[in-house]
Amino acid sequence: MAKTLFDKIWETHIVRQIPDGPSQLYIDRHFIHEVTSPQAFQGLKQKGVGVFRPGQTFATCDHNIPTRDQEKPIQDESCRQPVETLERNCREYGITYFPMLDPAHGIVHVIGPEQGITQPGMTIVCGDSHTATHGAFGSIAFGIGTSEVEMVLATQTLLQYKPKQMRITLDGKLDEYVTPKDVILYIISRLGTSGGTGYFVEYAGEVFRNMSMEGRMTVCNMSIEMGARGGMIAPDRITFEYLKGRKYAPSDVSAVAGEEDPFSLAVKEWSRLRSDEDARFDKEVSFRAEEIRPMITYGTDPGRGIAIDDVIPACDESGRKGLRYMDFCEGEKMIGKKVDYIFVGSCTNGRIEDFRAFAKLVEGKKKAPYTTVWLVPGSAEVRRQMKEEGLDRILEEAGFELRQPGCSACLAMNEDKIPAGEYALSTSNRNFEGRQGPGARTMLCGPLVAAASALTGVITDPRTMRTK
Amino acid sequence: MSFEKINIIQSPVVATPVENIDTDQIIPARFLKSTSREGFGKVLFMDWRFGPDNKLITDSVFALAPPHARILVAGKNFGCGSSREHAAWALVDYGFRAVVSSFFADIFRNNALNNGLLPVQVSEDFLAALFREHKKNPLTELKIDLPHKTVEIIRTLPTGKTESCLRESFPIGEYKQQCLMNGQQDIDYLISSRPFIEAYELGRTQKA
Repeated sequence: MAKTLFDKIWETHIVRQIPDGPSQLYIDRHFIHEVTSPQAFQGLKQKGVGVFRPGQTFATCDHNIPTRDQEKPIQDESCRQPVETLERNCREYGITYFPMLDPAHGIVHVIGPEQGITQPGMTIVCGDSHTATHGAFGSIAFGIGTSEVEMVLATQTLLQYKPKQMRITLDGKLDEYVTPKDVILYIISRLGTSGGTGYFVEYAGEVFRNMSMEGRMTVCNMSIEMGARGGMIAPDRITFEYLKGRKYAPSDVSAVAGEEDPFSLAVKEWSRLRSDEDARFDKEVSFRAEEIRPMITYGTDPGRGIAIDDVIPACDESGRKGLRYMDFCEGEKMIGKKVDYIFVGSCTNGRIEDFRAFAKLVEGKKKAPYTTVWLVPGSAEVRRQMKEEGLDRILEEAGFELRQPGCSACLAMNEDKIPAGEYALSTSNRNFEGRQGPGARTMLCGPLVAAASALTGVITDPRTMRTK
Repeated sequence: MSFEKINIIQSPVVATPVENIDTDQIIPARFLKSTSREGFGKVLFMDWRFGPDNKLITDSVFALAPPHARILVAGKNFGCGSSREHAAWALVDYGFRAVVSSFFADIFRNNALNNGLLPVQVSEDFLAALFREHKKNPLTELKIDLPHKTVEIIRTLPTGKTESCLRESFPIGEYKQQCLMNGQQDIDYLISSRPFIEAYELGRTQKA
């Protein structure tokens, strides 16, 4: 029978099947961070159970940490304590941990792929809903709760019901000012925040085939924002090129002269990971790339997005509640609205390509004087690469400051909070009420809308800055 | 963490028709810094229950509900957003035993089930009827019968007598139903299956 990419990975990871119940699924890679893991370790201790496969779990601190002065001890005690707890747990159970200032440190969904820990065909989980990011490599990756983190630590398995499957196909050619973030915001605006609930998504078609790994990660990352447990893209040459030579990826050097190297062998396996021609999905949706313009959200869920040059549409009662929170009206234009804060970063848009795009647009220009801009790279490696490419100088000359890596204002657990009532244009993933600080008003967008608006201080269509 | 077994839950409700209630509403991120599972009930729906100066909002659905309400009723797509299990812990710690909605986000549903909090998915019509009855009489009760997988609106008549006014069955897999009725958790099952896991791992290495 014809199988989907998802079926192929799922079936090879079943340890046991409970009759008429969930499958016991083997987990290849497990990421943990300081916010959703302490209670899981506590549970293990109470049960007197150890970590079953410590080599398959990787840890970092990202949610709680400051994005300045990481060289100094964390000032806020309530932030320091979870980080110290994580460090202690990792030491005690022999789990690889990437602390602040480590060259491999950063946001969990940025460093997993960067280090080559994330690979095609794997099952990957983390106590964080944006684990969907790792699906960009053709893996089954999804977010879990803390009880499930404990289960994975204790047994490297989980009980899961097989989700339904949806394929989203996008063909055509994107405008050069339309970024992967605009693509996913567009898809979510069409399907709604619960349009994907109960499904696992495969993204297919010309646009995703031509997209970089960074772009694919941005797209898969936000699968959860339409309710889907995860999203995935079949691995191909672009995936393999990205992984080659990364620290935890299979080595591309032969152990024995004349024999094929482990990486080439892995690529042969990975190349089989695609949905069969005649595989059936529970739901199929398709869009055209030409329909997509730079996007922005106007409401308080990620599904409330429009093309930047459209007006705010008529809303249902839930939507009107969001508009009241934002102090926006139906029929209003988004372009020209004042922006108090701009945040570029997060597991959605904190990668090198996002900062390249931002820097290219602001190069030789000046930051708007009354807008506060936080540029927070997703990892130490992204920051290093930015310096190597001279992006830090371009940004500095334009009046921008580059911070140290972390989740930062995406969820405002550290001090990077947007004040109540202020408007923030954010390249992160959620515009929920209070998400970026109590009373903060968030508008989601891609790095180019953020860059154009950072120069003007008002919402600006990056296409108006076309050079040709 | 063990939890209380569930059989029949009958109680008045806290009802909000708001849809797409995300876990940032249920428990804002600034309260996720505790490293224990306890005590999150006091910050449940913090920004719905308390104003910026920590003053109680006296007309919130929580302040207006009968204090012994053990069931939360909410509009569709409840629990979307972040995977934080703190949302389920906070609901349980506050005293809720069940959440009723026409639609639940996947991760929240799992988290609830793993903490003995019953997610009851009802039809849009049932939910609308429940909100109507609740508006007429805030003491309207719900009866959730887990062994029979049914949920029932119990109306209080002016005479003080009660009557059932609408009933439907709700979906729950047999495995999870048994877990909740017996207070049994996935982790116990998984730990007991370690020999199977080792056999699976061995099988994979041999294939490779």
